[in-house]
Amino acid sequence: MNKPPEERASDVTTVSSAEHTRRDFLYIATGAVGAVGAAAALVPLIAQMNPDASTIAAGAPIDVDLAPIADGQIIKVFWRSKPIFISHRTKKDIEEAQTVNVAALPDPEPDSARVKPGHDQWLVVIGICTHLGCIPLPHQGEYDGWFCPCHGSQYDTSGRIRRGPAPKNLALPPYKFVSDTKIQIG
Amino acid sequence: MSGHSTYQPQSKVLQWLEKRLPIGGLVHSSFVVYPVPRNLNYLWTFGGILAFMLGVQIVTGIVLAMHYTPHVDLAFRSVEGIMRDVNYGWLLRYLHANGASMFFLAVYVHMFRGIYYGSYKEPREVLWILGVIIYLLMMATGFMGYVLVWGQMSFWAATVITNLFSAIPGVGDTIVTWLWGGYAVGNPTLNRFYSLHYLLPFVIAGVVVLHIWALHVVGQNNPTGIEPKSEKDTVAFTPYATAKDGFFLAAFVILYAWFVFYIPNFLGHADNYIPANPAVTPTHIVPEWYYLPFYAILRAIPDKLIGVIALGASIVILAFLPWLDTSRVRSARYRPLFRQFFWLFVIVCVGLGWLGSKPPEGIYVILARVFTIYYFAFFLVILPLLGIFEKTKPLPNSISESVLGAKA
Repeated sequence: MNKPPEERASDVTTVSSAEHTRRDFLYIATGAVGAVGAAAALVPLIAQMNPDASTIAAGAPIDVDLAPIADGQIIKVFWRSKPIFISHRTKKDIEEAQTVNVAALPDPEPDSARVKPGHDQWLVVIGICTHLGCIPLPHQGEYDGWFCPCHGSQYDTSGRIRRGPAPKNLALPPYKFVSDTKIQIG
Repeated sequence: MSGHSTYQPQSKVLQWLEKRLPIGGLVHSSFVVYPVPRNLNYLWTFGGILAFMLGVQIVTGIVLAMHYTPHVDLAFRSVEGIMRDVNYGWLLRYLHANGASMFFLAVYVHMFRGIYYGSYKEPREVLWILGVIIYLLMMATGFMGYVLVWGQMSFWAATVITNLFSAIPGVGDTIVTWLWGGYAVGNPTLNRFYSLHYLLPFVIAGVVVLHIWALHVVGQNNPTGIEPKSEKDTVAFTPYATAKDGFFLAAFVILYAWFVFYIPNFLGHADNYIPANPAVTPTHIVPEWYYLPFYAILRAIPDKLIGVIALGASIVILAFLPWLDTSRVRSARYRPLFRQFFWLFVIVCVGLGWLGSKPPEGIYVILARVFTIYYFAFFLVILPLLGIFEKTKPLPNSISESVLGAKA
């Protein structure tokens, strides 16, 4: 420590480049603790933007009584702020949905995969266009299903995309038949 | 550029301050004696106009925030309250809403000016990129502000724009839920948009400081695109540039006032005076006019993911302009071919805007595709090749020679 200044200065450069010192250790340790701390601080800052407890609680399953829905009628209910279409399909609707050449569809899916077995007349889909989230209009378009007014996507009576920019069929919400005339969505 | 400041305050108080914080000298060297090219035209006044508009938006925005309620049940009502009950609320809101349009109008002139005169070329690349960042921040701010009104267009704009992120493979839906804070656009979404809409203008102001700083390091470009070589090529910022900026700002504000007082809703949509209804999508949804060209590009492409990528790329590509344009001549004045492609590009941008407002069917889709191809070809094909093949006109020896003739 008692060397003349010029020698001390050269010491510093050789030491820091050639060997590991306590200063290197402190430098790396401080950086590591800082990085971990910053990453940990990001967790609450990012997670707070996800759905909060009350939003999740309000998304509990709902029961829908199907009895009042007439043949050919489509109703709209809300579950988790999303519109759900419940379509009471006519014989003609079902026939159209089942006779399509599945392989030729943009998002190939047979009608049987879109309804519950033995409940062919009930189609339950999330009423959000898979393009950019608009709500398609029922009983419109060339395929007797839905037509999206935003960008012109057309869906058939099985809620499958037939034409337009939407990449996928209308999504199916999780639901089950509680009885023949009642479903639980969620 | 400016060299050492000659600032010598007369007053004892200012001398005292200058020794402790040389802010007077900074202002003096940046806005008084700062040399500007003597041949700047009125297109160079839009930087000042933009700074003014940012100020207007911040001031009117802060007072509107005193009367606005960011809640899904109260937001629309509070905006109507501003229009009907708050003292001068109608004026403040129309100033803010039309101010956004004027801000974008000015930024588009500013950007086209930069492209025409090659203002992004070496050594002004960083200056240009900072401008692109400001533009991106403006787009985010304008979009979120539009959502706050919570009318039908607000709600469905929020839905469509946030759904753009659902195109990301794998994590898209997770990201969209995170953006919403729920399972659809709702109260949490409105609240966070309000918070960010208040924040972002100050972020813009910060980047504007960097933009002006970068400008004052490299100096202004000018219509000839050649650098000032002697004192004869420049004049002092004050009074020359201040007077010119001030005059044209006043003219611009007359246009602004005409919108505010005579046609305040001309640029808006009637549907946004219907309160947001998550159950019904309006039959024809379109964004505000300043986003229409990008909306047209999105819709021109029949695939969702590629459409979203094209939309993003159409904006991000601007940041690469300094390297895509290979010509060493800056100004379009001396680039006869570039000038034609440039004006075609302007027509295409305006045309895309018009197509964005039309329904996506028939001839509109075909035109939008042709225009989209030109938009990208301008950056990726035409600009790189022009630098190699174009025969440019001879440049003048100096700015003063171009202004005064060879005898100077």
